[in-house]
Amino acid sequence: MSLLHLENLTVSINTADGPIDIIEQINLQMSAGDKLGIVGESGCGKSITALAIISLLPEKSIVSGRILLNGENLLDLSPAEMCRVRGNRVGMIFQEPMTALNPVKTIGAQIAESLKLHLKIGRKEIQDRVSQLMEDVGLPVRRFPLDLYPHLLSGGQRQRVMIAMAIACEPDLLIADEPTTALDVTVQEQILDLILDLADRSGMGLIMISHDLGVIAQTTEQVAVMYTGNLFETGPTAEVFNQMAHPYTHGLFSAIPKPGHSAEQERSRLYTIPGQVPEIHMRPDGCSFADRCGHALESCRTQDPPKIDLGNQHLAWCFNPINRTDKG
Amino acid sequence: MKSPLIKIVNVVKDYQLPRKKLLEKRPPFRALNGVSLEVERGASFGIVGESGCGKSTLARIVMALDKPTSGQVYYEDKELFGLKTKELNGLRHHFQMVFQDPYGSLNPRKNVLGIVAEPLDTLKEKLTTQQRQKRVEKTLEEVGLNRNDIVKYPHEFSGGQRQRIAIARALITRPSLIVADEPVSALDVSVQAQVLNLMMDLQEKYNLTYIFISHDLSVVEFITDSVAVIYLGKIVEQGKTRDLFRNPLHPYTQTLLAAVPDIDPSKKRERSGKKEMVFSDAPPQGCPFQPRCQSATEICEQQNPELASKGDQHVACHHV
Repeated sequence: MSLLHLENLTVSINTADGPIDIIEQINLQMSAGDKLGIVGESGCGKSITALAIISLLPEKSIVSGRILLNGENLLDLSPAEMCRVRGNRVGMIFQEPMTALNPVKTIGAQIAESLKLHLKIGRKEIQDRVSQLMEDVGLPVRRFPLDLYPHLLSGGQRQRVMIAMAIACEPDLLIADEPTTALDVTVQEQILDLILDLADRSGMGLIMISHDLGVIAQTTEQVAVMYTGNLFETGPTAEVFNQMAHPYTHGLFSAIPKPGHSAEQERSRLYTIPGQVPEIHMRPDGCSFADRCGHALESCRTQDPPKIDLGNQHLAWCFNPINRTDKG
Repeated sequence: MKSPLIKIVNVVKDYQLPRKKLLEKRPPFRALNGVSLEVERGASFGIVGESGCGKSTLARIVMALDKPTSGQVYYEDKELFGLKTKELNGLRHHFQMVFQDPYGSLNPRKNVLGIVAEPLDTLKEKLTTQQRQKRVEKTLEEVGLNRNDIVKYPHEFSGGQRQRIAIARALITRPSLIVADEPVSALDVSVQAQVLNLMMDLQEKYNLTYIFISHDLSVVEFITDSVAVIYLGKIVEQGKTRDLFRNPLHPYTQTLLAAVPDIDPSKKRERSGKKEMVFSDAPPQGCPFQPRCQSATEICEQQNPELASKGDQHVACHHV
């Protein structure tokens, strides 16, 4: 049985012009211990997918489909039952360590919060667990007493506190939503190593959400490329990154400056994807990428793109995928 | 050799920290510790380093927004901080700045005309309303926006378009120098590429000089021809971008470059296995990078290395 299975997950919001789908019918599956990456530009639905899983979407949103965690549909649970899943079986690391922590509570109290809520253990045991967690995330208590407040810590240290909170109850699934976006590269390296070590040690599944292709390449085995609330390409990370089939994936890769390519040798320009991500209420019919796509056909503008199977669990949703032999 | 457009000589900037006790005297925080560099006209100069290393302080001093504690900044042959305020303000249209956050750096209550035309007030010549509008429309078209956009407000634009407005605002006085402080780090990959290409086009067209501050090494490598690496307020390595990225000499530069995640999944990096936070309090004397440096020896604890030439590069390290 898979750890997490999203079945036809659709998220919509009600607007003055009727409901709009922010996430359209996505299907994803991961087994225990899998590391899944979700990559895409802002507004593509990465974070909404994560928030849907732990049921933290704004109240007005409508979620349909099924979210199966170890076979149990989370959408059937009452809010009280969901509270027992959130922070307990599913942990989440939020993007901004500067704002995600409570500034008027000590870090010790914040890490202890989910332990108190979910585990029936005494005060002494909680203290010991919190100290152990601090040790695990590289903040030894002798140097970082539990009664510190978040403002005394640096960005990387706060992110470590966030990680300690997320893994406190030994969740089956850890969702990391852009965990290193606000951090320096050297600190990013430490935090990613820490998350991977913890995931390997406890065998929990990891969903790594990022817009940084390098982060996804280094931390995940499976990847899903999203655009405007749709999956565009999924598969093993190595396969998708080396033999991408969707023109959008290809565009993303071509648009980042490659190392070893300094401007001095040739004043060349970067490849750009023309236009910009369409606003939610302006998404075109058919493939939502068609207007920006160099490979678009007539059918792309009228019909939803078909799912094509490229073997080895590598899927793409496209009428006219990049020919995998002539792309080099 | 051409004379540099901007020359910074031994700039030190101290910030006074608030005292914690009534009569306590706290030592000032040294944000920049003797930085010297030269930028030629038409060049792109990159400044990289971690947050808190003094990148933005340096930008503020080059823009004459902040006065250095000691040291000089020359624009062409004029020392900026020796000038009278009026003379300095007369020079300000030569250097402009593009900020990091395109959402915070545009006044939401002004329309595009008001935002982009504002720097024109620093010019000596006084323009009529029609002339101002013409200049704005022309500049907007140069950065890839529509001339009809002048009546719109910032909230009507996407992040990439806002950054184009910010570039238009910097460009309208026909500056020779643009200081760009993380201009693309808030943008998506595909939009980032558009803005970088635009900046390169404009540089060629107007022979602009860029000082490009970023923590994103691949962007710096792409757009600059020289680069300085700053660590805790000191330049630790400086040189041509190509040499420095191909052959980083200072251990800190090597650490920075090695930390960039490779986009090739088959090149998985070795995990360091080090669990604890690295603390970077610099030793009182000695090399600031010493606590984090793997090749540090005794001399690194005692003496702060000076920037010395090594081939075409300049490195501040005892072991290079």
